[in-house]
Parts: sequence; structure tokens; C-alpha cells
Amino acid sequence: MTIQHSPSGGCGGPDHFSRRTLLKAAGGLPWLTPLAAQLAAAAAADKSGAPAKSVIVLWMQGGPSQLETFDPHPGKMIGGDTKRIATSTPGVEISHLMPSTAEVMNRIALLRGVTSREGDHERATYNMKTGYRPDPTLIHPTIGAVTCHELGSVGVEIPRHVSIFPDQWPAHGGFLGNKYDAFKMYDPRGDLPDLPRRVADERFAQRRQDLDILERSFTRGRRSDLEQNRTLHLATIDKAITMMNSEQIKAFNIEDAPQSLRADFGETPFGRGCLCAAQLIETGVRCVEVTLSGWDSHINNHELQSGRIAELDPAFSALVRLLEERDLLKSTVVLCGGEFGRTPRINPAGGRDHWPHGFSVALAGGGIRGGACIGETDPAGSKVTPDLAGSVGIADIHATIYQTLGIDYHHMYDTPIGRPMAISEGKPIAGILT
Amino acid sequence: MWLRNLLFLGICGIAVSAVVGGLVVPQRPPQVAEIAHPLDENQQNEIQAVADRVDEQFQQVWSDAGLEIASPADELTQIRRISLGLTGTVPSLEEIRVLESRSKGDRLSWWLSKTFADRRYGDFVAERLRRAYVGVENGPFLIYRGRRFLTWLSDQLMENRPYDQLTRELISDNGLWTDAPAVNFVTATIDQDGNQRPDPVKLAGRVTRAFLATRLDCVQCHDDNMGGDLKQSDFHELASFFREAENSFVGIRDDTRATYEYQYLYDDDTTLVPSQVPFNQNLLQEGATERERLANWVTHPENRPFARAIINRMWAITTGKPLIEPVDSIPLNGSFETGEYPPGLEPLTDDFIAHGFDLQRLIRVIVATKAFQRDSRADFEITAAHEETWAAYPVTRLRPEQVIGAIQQAAVLKTLDAESHILTQLINFGEHNDFLKRYGDAGEDEFAEQGGTIPQRLLMMNGNLVKDRTKDNLVRNSATRLALLAPDHPATIEIAFLTTLTRRPSQAEIEYFVERLRDDTLNPRQKAEDLIWALLNSSEFAWNH
Repeated sequence: MTIQHSPSGGCGGPDHFSRRTLLKAAGGLPWLTPLAAQLAAAAAADKSGAPAKSVIVLWMQGGPSQLETFDPHPGKMIGGDTKRIATSTPGVEISHLMPSTAEVMNRIALLRGVTSREGDHERATYNMKTGYRPDPTLIHPTIGAVTCHELGSVGVEIPRHVSIFPDQWPAHGGFLGNKYDAFKMYDPRGDLPDLPRRVADERFAQRRQDLDILERSFTRGRRSDLEQNRTLHLATIDKAITMMNSEQIKAFNIEDAPQSLRADFGETPFGRGCLCAAQLIETGVRCVEVTLSGWDSHINNHELQSGRIAELDPAFSALVRLLEERDLLKSTVVLCGGEFGRTPRINPAGGRDHWPHGFSVALAGGGIRGGACIGETDPAGSKVTPDLAGSVGIADIHATIYQTLGIDYHHMYDTPIGRPMAISEGKPIAGILT
Repeated sequence: MWLRNLLFLGICGIAVSAVVGGLVVPQRPPQVAEIAHPLDENQQNEIQAVADRVDEQFQQVWSDAGLEIASPADELTQIRRISLGLTGTVPSLEEIRVLESRSKGDRLSWWLSKTFADRRYGDFVAERLRRAYVGVENGPFLIYRGRRFLTWLSDQLMENRPYDQLTRELISDNGLWTDAPAVNFVTATIDQDGNQRPDPVKLAGRVTRAFLATRLDCVQCHDDNMGGDLKQSDFHELASFFREAENSFVGIRDDTRATYEYQYLYDDDTTLVPSQVPFNQNLLQEGATERERLANWVTHPENRPFARAIINRMWAITTGKPLIEPVDSIPLNGSFETGEYPPGLEPLTDDFIAHGFDLQRLIRVIVATKAFQRDSRADFEITAAHEETWAAYPVTRLRPEQVIGAIQQAAVLKTLDAESHILTQLINFGEHNDFLKRYGDAGEDEFAEQGGTIPQRLLMMNGNLVKDRTKDNLVRNSATRLALLAPDHPATIEIAFLTTLTRRPSQAEIEYFVERLRDDTLNPRQKAEDLIWALLNSSEFAWNH
């Protein structure tokens, strides 16, 4: 096992962040509602002792190349055109395509020996998002659904589980129920599509009254607990209306954020998504998934990966910085990864294919020890086997995240098929925990 | 040159006229409503006799539990249930008018005949079965043709092909995924990044759940530790029947030399796993291939789990709730008398097997039962026990496809079906997919109880589809037509209720909405829009009842 850790110092140490004094001077995210401050105070009063309360998943759909991101092997047969650069963590070098991320590597823990048994996009996505391999007997919940199920929220009037740029297989509640499905949204420039009323307030209120008449008709003669225990129809409508009326919906829109901050994240859809994720977390949302697609580089690997990394690098690093500046990093776990990595061997089309036998995942925040780096891949491109020192299974990543959130990952859920199911069957990765 | 331009303009004009003419005044061939005939008296009596045997068991349950039973639901409510269950939409105003023009007595039978002749039945039920057979995943590129598979399934349903034949073809057919669409059941499991072969484990899981309603796949990794006697070997011996299936340049075929090896939980090495079925071994016969042997065993008339599995699923499709839950888990052994099987299951199984696995007959029997025909409301207090035993019809949430189907149909007065103009069908198809993407697809587990969500309510209240289908649009929207053409307010309200909720309004509702329609702050089209909006956003619209 290779564990590399630098407690402090180097480029990107604590002083590095004080550069962004403009933001501090402005008081954090002042364009958001004061309710965010109330929620932060409520969260501070939480006595659970868990270091983390929220999760951000930066989901790299398609399979990012470990060799072009967090685990370059320049000069080797498998290395391709990617070079490596030093980071703020001495001894840890990453791709030259990620200079901004390199600056904050002392806030990030790297897992370089992640393995799974799934090489198909859909199955591997399910595996990585739920911590379980696909099982025809039931659908497991993803990280955000479990987090929302296990951790309550006070005063949050918007969905606590959000997916920005949802792909084909967005975060879902699985057997916990579709009320834990992620709320899906796209580019956070402007209002959410279904939130604005289509008619004037007064007319909308009249429509709501019309509904009461119809609901009275429907419940007459039927089960007395129909609304309370079965349909929850009016209750859900009223929650939706609460959301429509809430100040907190400003968190879904980044248009009011300072231009300089938006520039830090990159004026790309993914960059805006990451900025929005920070706003949502500050407002009390438990889990935000932000998807960056287009990593499936079976041809022209270097070119395709470089394009994706150009979006990822500023957004990921700016997100870590902003969370730190807002004192949210210690209460927010950030995961950056995809369903698998890419083959060490470059194919005749200049591409890399699917490779679940040793790839990289980055974690930051919460109880994660920044600067830690576990596992390594063979410069010759051999498979990382699960029994190899430093290799990490998908379930272990989930157990680690749940541990930082103070969630008892051993807890057994009663599933619809009658089979008890642990929240995670993995083991926390001690080497990256504080 | 001018002649060519003139010719071009002429062709354009004809094309536009054809499209517009088709939209506004569609030239419709004879409708299924015109060619459908109810069963004759003898046939109907035969169906009713089976339904009576089913009801005897329900009656016994109701009596034993001391439950009052709800009165029969009115005719339109029953019609709505059938339409939602078998075509995924509500009846159109046009259909309701035709139904009510017929003499009473044979309307339900006629409605079913009409439904079975309607392509929407084949397409909608095929989609339900497809989810059980191959799931909702995209499947392997090129070699899994989901759309082709779905169309083939729909064709089989429209022909009312005996269900045992259909199943045998799914399990054992050979050939290309395009020419022999049934093989997509097998190709859906091919791991293109792995050994390029159909996956016996996945196939065994699908067979046990979809065709036997047995969760044998729960012992895939270990022996049953929940008190049952199934072993890990039971599952893998069943999987071994698929060992011969391979993908080749001529599609799926069988390599009779292939073997299946597996390393059991506490073994150090892999074992050569022979093929064997987990129960009713005496029904297993010789066959040309292992898949044929399995297919013949699965569909053997004495292998009753096969019939029970599809009966429970068809009951769920027709009514919204299976007889026994979850839909794909029925005890292998037991009886109604000893409590393992719900009322109705065994009489339905007897009849289904005795009459050649006839799906349409099965549906007719289900619809003829007292259980199906109960009202979901009563003048006594309905409890969960009433719904669980079908003493009152259980209220179930509409699946997303039913919601969008019902919105699209409710927004127009004429029937939206396979005879609708091609542009209308294309627009509906696009809307359908967009809506499902936003509303959320129920996936494979579509009969599990799921609560409504805030995004779903937002979509219904403020989303594009409901807005587009209620706003001022004379060509497409019933709201605008109502505002302009209905003779008076009560007529407007009655038609709005019929198109959305398939019922007439109560006196209290008429009085309330007449007052609303007299509101001078809005124009007539806006008032009709508000009325339809409220109906589409009501519980009654979103639930089967």
C-alpha cells in the first residue's frame, strides 16, 4: 500500500485560499437568501458530532481516464501524451491538464487503485452510484437517497436531493421510494422550468381552491385515511407550492453570483452546475449530483479527455475553494469520479476502452484527510486485483462517505423483498479519514 | 423552367393539403368500435361461470372476515379501469358516446372486444410484459433491438397467441435479433465487454421471475438463509439450461458442446454444473437443445407456477394491483384453503390451462368478477382490509405512462389511436417521451406502491405539457372547443368531467363550477382552461379507482 500524506504547507496551503478576499469581504454568498444563514446556524446546533452533513457527487459519466487525470504515467508505454505536474501535496503528482486542481490537492484525497467487476456503462454506473452491483431482485438507493433518508433537515423548503444535468441513470431512491429520487435540473442559468406559475397569483390561488372541491368529492365514501396515508396528493401539492413560494429557490439559479466567481468555476454548464451545487448545499440541500458527460473516449482519447478536463479542472478546484471559504468543506464530502477508468493500452484508434481494474476516484471535505493518496497502478498496465495492497472496492468508498456523515452503514434496511440489506457492505478506508 | 417550378409548387401544395387535411378532417378507415362485437350469450355465460367460481372464493374471504362489500361501480368507472389497464389512457368522449349509444347488457363485453382489436392494447400490454422479460435497460448495442422486440410482442398479443407458445419462443428461439425478434430475450443479456455470450445467470433470473413468479435468483450467491429450502445449486442448475446459447453471425444458436461451470460459495474450485429444474422434475423431457427442454418444462400444463405467474401479472395490469404481492413472488406450493394463495388464483389457473393459455379469455374472466367490478367507495367505512381483499376496489396510483396517456386523450374529444393522423401520433410520441423523462419512469417494478413526488406535482401544475394541452388552441385542445362550442355552462362542465375523469359531475360540482364559469375577470377560454387544469391536477385523475 502506498499512503502519501502531507498535513500542510506547499502551494495551496491555508494561506493560498486567503487570496480570494473579495468573496469573504462580500460575506460569502450574499446573493442568496438570509435563510441560508439560519440553516447554517441550525446545522451548527446539530449535536450529532458528524463532521459531514452533505455530499456533492461530481459524476464523470462515460469513464474518465485515470491516466489523463489523477494517475498519469508519462514516459511509459501506457502514458500517452499526458505529462505530470507537482501539486500542493508533496509527492503527489497529477496530470498537467489539471493545474488548478493541483493547487488544491492538499484538500483532496486520491484513491488510485479502485476496482470493480463492472465494465458496462449502465451496470458500472449503478454499481458506483449505489455501492452495489445490479441485482434483479431490487433496486438499491444511491448515496444521496440514503443520506436524505438517514439525515433529517430543518427548515429546508426545496428538495434535499438534486441532480444537475442528470444523465440516463440519475441518482434515485430505489427501494427507499421515489420520494428520495433526485430532483432533476439542468443549466442553472435562470429559473427552474416548472417553478414559475403559468397564471397570475390570484388566478393560481383560485385554481387551488377548485382542487379542494374535487378532492372533497374524491374522498367522500372512500377510505378515511386516503389522503393522509395513501395519496398524500394535496400534501404534495402544497409542498410544491411552498417550494414555488420559497426564497430558497434562488439557490437553483447562479445568475446573481458575482461574475468573478462564475469565472473561477468556468463559464461552462458544468462549472455553473458546480457553483449551483455549492449554493444548494449552503441552503441546506443534503446531496447534489453534478454530471459531466462525454468521457467515453474509445477514439482520440487524449483530445476527448482534455476537453472534458478543461471543464472539470476549474470547476472542481473552485468548488473546493468556495466550500472552504464558506466553512462548508468540513461539513460537505465531495466525490469526483466515474463508473470506471480507461485501459492502459491505447487502441489503434488512439482511444482507451473501459477499465474497471484500477482507476482513480478523488474525495474531499467532510472527514476526508486532504493530501492522502492510496493505491497505485502498474506502469506496465497490469490489472489491480482486489487483494493487492491499496486496492479499494466500490462499496468501501460508500462506507467511507457514510462514516463521515455519521451514518451507521451497517444498519440493515428492510427491503421490499424481505431480505435485510446493509446500507453498505464495504469498509471505511482508514487511510483517507481524519 | 416555369413549368418545373409550377410542378414543384403543385407538389408542395398537395403535400401541405394532405397534412393539414389529415389533421383537420382525418380520413378514417372503419373504426375498431364499428367492427368489434360482444361475445354471444353462450360465450358470455361460459366466462361468467368461471368468474363465479373465482367470486366464490372472494365471497368466502369476505364472509370469514365479516366484511361488507361495496356495491358495483358504475359502468363508466369500470370502462375507465379497463382503458387505463389495457391501453394506458382514459376513454375519449367519442368512445363514451359510442358506448352509451349501445343497448345495456353487453357493453362491457363489447368494450373488451373493441379493446382487443385496438392496437393500443397490444402496444401497452407488450410494454408491461417487456419490462418483466428484459427490463428497461438499453441493452447491448445492435444485437438487442428493443423496439423490434416490443413490436413483435404487440403483434403476438393482437393475434392472441397462446401464451405457452409465445413463452417457448422467447426461451428457445434461434436466429437474428431482427428476423427472429423473440431472441432479443436472450441477446438482452449479452455482455459486450465480456465474453460476448448470453448470460445464463441473468436469463435464469428472468425466467424464474417472469415466467414462474419465483425469486430463485435470491439463492444465486448462497443457499436460502431465510427459512426456505432452496439451494444455490438450484439456481445455477437452472442457469445451466442456457449454457448452449451463443451469439454468432447468424444470430443466436445453440452449441451443444458448451458447458457451465460455477464456483459455489464454500468451494475452492469451480464445478461443472449440470442442467436441472428446481421443482416438478418429472415434467422435464428430452429436447433438441437445453433451451428447448427448459421451455417445454416451463410451459408444461402441469407446471402450474407458469400459469399463476402470468395470471397474477395480467390481474395487476388490468386492475393496477396484483392478486398477490409482489407480482413476481408466488409460493410454489399451497392452496386457497390453507391460505398460501389468494382468492381467485387457483380457479383462474385451472381455466387458463384448460383453455389453451388464452390471455384474452383470462382478461374477460377478470373483468367479469365481482372483485373487479366493486366500487372504491361505499356508504360504510372502507378500511385497508376491504381493499386488500377486493371487498372494495383498491385505489392505486396511475403509472407515469398512464398519466401522460390520459392527459393527451383528455385534451381532445376524438380518440387518439393508431388511426390518428401520423403527425398527431408523432407529436404525441415526442410529448410522451419528454413527459416520462421529467415525471419519472416506474421502471421494471411498476406495480410497487410509490408515492407522488414534488417534481411530479410541479410538472402537472406548471409544466409545458399541461399548459400546451389546456391553453387557447382550437385545433388541438378540448378546453378551447368547450369554451366556444358548448351550449351552456353545465354542458361545458359535463364534457370536461367526461373527458378527464370519465364521469359526470355531481350536482354540487356543477353548481360550484357554474359559478366559476360566470367569473367576469377571465374570458371563456381561460375559464375552460382553469376547469381542465383543476381536473388534470386532481387526485381522481391521478389514481385508478
